[in-house]
Amino acid sequence: MGKLKATVAAKKFTGTRGQVRRKRIETSGALIIAALMVLWLGVNLIKAPTQFAQVTVLGLRNGLLYALIALGYTLVYGIIELINFAHGDLFMLGALFSSYFITIWFHQENSNLAGWLTFVAALFAAMLFCGTINVLIERLAYRKLRRAPKLAPLITAVGMSFLLQFVGIKWNGSTPRQWPTVIPHGEYVWFGVIISHVTIILILVAAPLLGSLTFVVNKTKQGKAMRATAQDQDAARLMGIDVNKTISFTFALGGALAGAAGLLYQQSIGTTNYNLGFQLGLIAFTSAVLGGIGSLNGAVLGALLIGIVQGLNDGLPIALGQKWSQSVVFTILILILVLKPAGLLGKVTTEKV
Amino acid sequence: MSALLEVKNLKVGYGKIVAVKDISITVNQGEIVTLIGSNGAGKSTTLRTISGLLKPKSGEILFEGNRIDGKEGHEVVKLGICQSPEGRRIFPRMTVSENLDLGAFLRSDKDAVAADRERVLDLFPRLRERISQRAGTMSGGEQQMLAVSRALMGAPKLLMLDEPSMGLAPVLVDMIFETITKIREQGITILLIEQNAAAALDVADRAYVLESGTIKMSGKASDLAKDPAVTKAYLGG
Repeated sequence: MGKLKATVAAKKFTGTRGQVRRKRIETSGALIIAALMVLWLGVNLIKAPTQFAQVTVLGLRNGLLYALIALGYTLVYGIIELINFAHGDLFMLGALFSSYFITIWFHQENSNLAGWLTFVAALFAAMLFCGTINVLIERLAYRKLRRAPKLAPLITAVGMSFLLQFVGIKWNGSTPRQWPTVIPHGEYVWFGVIISHVTIILILVAAPLLGSLTFVVNKTKQGKAMRATAQDQDAARLMGIDVNKTISFTFALGGALAGAAGLLYQQSIGTTNYNLGFQLGLIAFTSAVLGGIGSLNGAVLGALLIGIVQGLNDGLPIALGQKWSQSVVFTILILILVLKPAGLLGKVTTEKV
Repeated sequence: MSALLEVKNLKVGYGKIVAVKDISITVNQGEIVTLIGSNGAGKSTTLRTISGLLKPKSGEILFEGNRIDGKEGHEVVKLGICQSPEGRRIFPRMTVSENLDLGAFLRSDKDAVAADRERVLDLFPRLRERISQRAGTMSGGEQQMLAVSRALMGAPKLLMLDEPSMGLAPVLVDMIFETITKIREQGITILLIEQNAAAALDVADRAYVLESGTIKMSGKASDLAKDPAVTKAYLGG
């Protein structure tokens, strides 16, 4: 009897040895990275404290923008386990739409009352525009493939990304385009740190949007249907949930956030280009993976972290600098995939069969 | 007695594989009807088709005299057909309470929903103790109780149970079957699928024996329980 127990114990140990090793790699890897980060940040903080605060603010601002886009990736992944590669390009179309809406259709070029009102109208219009397009994309391209092998919708998403980029080239032209912006461009200085009006407006628009999304997903009937559909589509059907409608609603939400991000980007940077979606989309995707794809809080956390890291790298005295910005972001992506594939707040998922 | 559910010459397949060849069953108001048969006989496929999760190749399904084949899953639930599916399929990352709320997803009569909630928690007091626990962390028996309760929260006219005793300890199996009788006493018609033929025939009024997608035998449950062919094949006698 005693012997049997011992073998059982031994078996148990070999069964988890892989996990133990994996855990060890994760912890030691994370510790080394954390130590290097602290060292790097510490040196910079002592060397240039004001600049440090300044680039953190800028990083947070970009992070908010990334969060709006990252949520679209994570919402769609959460519900149908598809990486919607076309999502970044949808954001690009949102930026183009906003430019046309404000400058060409409503002729607003200055920061005055008419301009601000048009900005608010453009926000709702861009959200509606991108939400609708995203719903159509799902309806036309992804729905038929829902029961197909996973590679099929994935390739379709890549194709959809190209399609939207070509729409972007047709609409915007193949070179970057400069636009007048209508939001105020003043700034406050607070302990030597410049906080621009653009930053404040970005926070004023993005924060309520993020809050509303959390409310919709956690507190409303539609949100409940989304969470149920994400966990088990057939079981959701048996509860009387219209799964197709719920998935459409999810695409509408993700699209609307991308539309808002498009407007905010266009108004804060003032430039549009057809390949915007590729650049920012990949960064936002990385944010979603860093936070744990499928997790809403994770997407926001990941986006803010990526924004800050990018800001610090681009602006601190001792850093790799702006030309390495993208490389830094993708190094983070690789490190997460190696060290913590489920992401910071993600759940370890088993493949569905 | 009027027919609540009628299935006529149902044929269902997955791609080229035909799981249900030709099945006709009737469930009358207030009855407990059971479908018994071995693995792969087409029991679950039949239930999934009635629930609208699968589309039949041919045949008709009538509920309260109206055709329902071809309706989507969520539309079937609206008519009053609720299912506790095979493998329980509870929402593991939600609490017991949230699972029960989802069972009543289509209902807007708040007071009646609250009353039903009390009723199912009285039926399964264990769930009351676990009301704010994540459903995925409960034992198999508790999850089964939740799956049945969740289906009851939809205020079904017809409750379909797919293998409610699968994988449960004998004492829990008895408890589940006792509860099934209690549910019928509350006026709910039940269509029950079971591999545990002895227990199913014990609680049911009528039974159908399925084999390779067709109905092999049918009749009063008490008669089938005594039938030598049934005893030999399904009751281990």
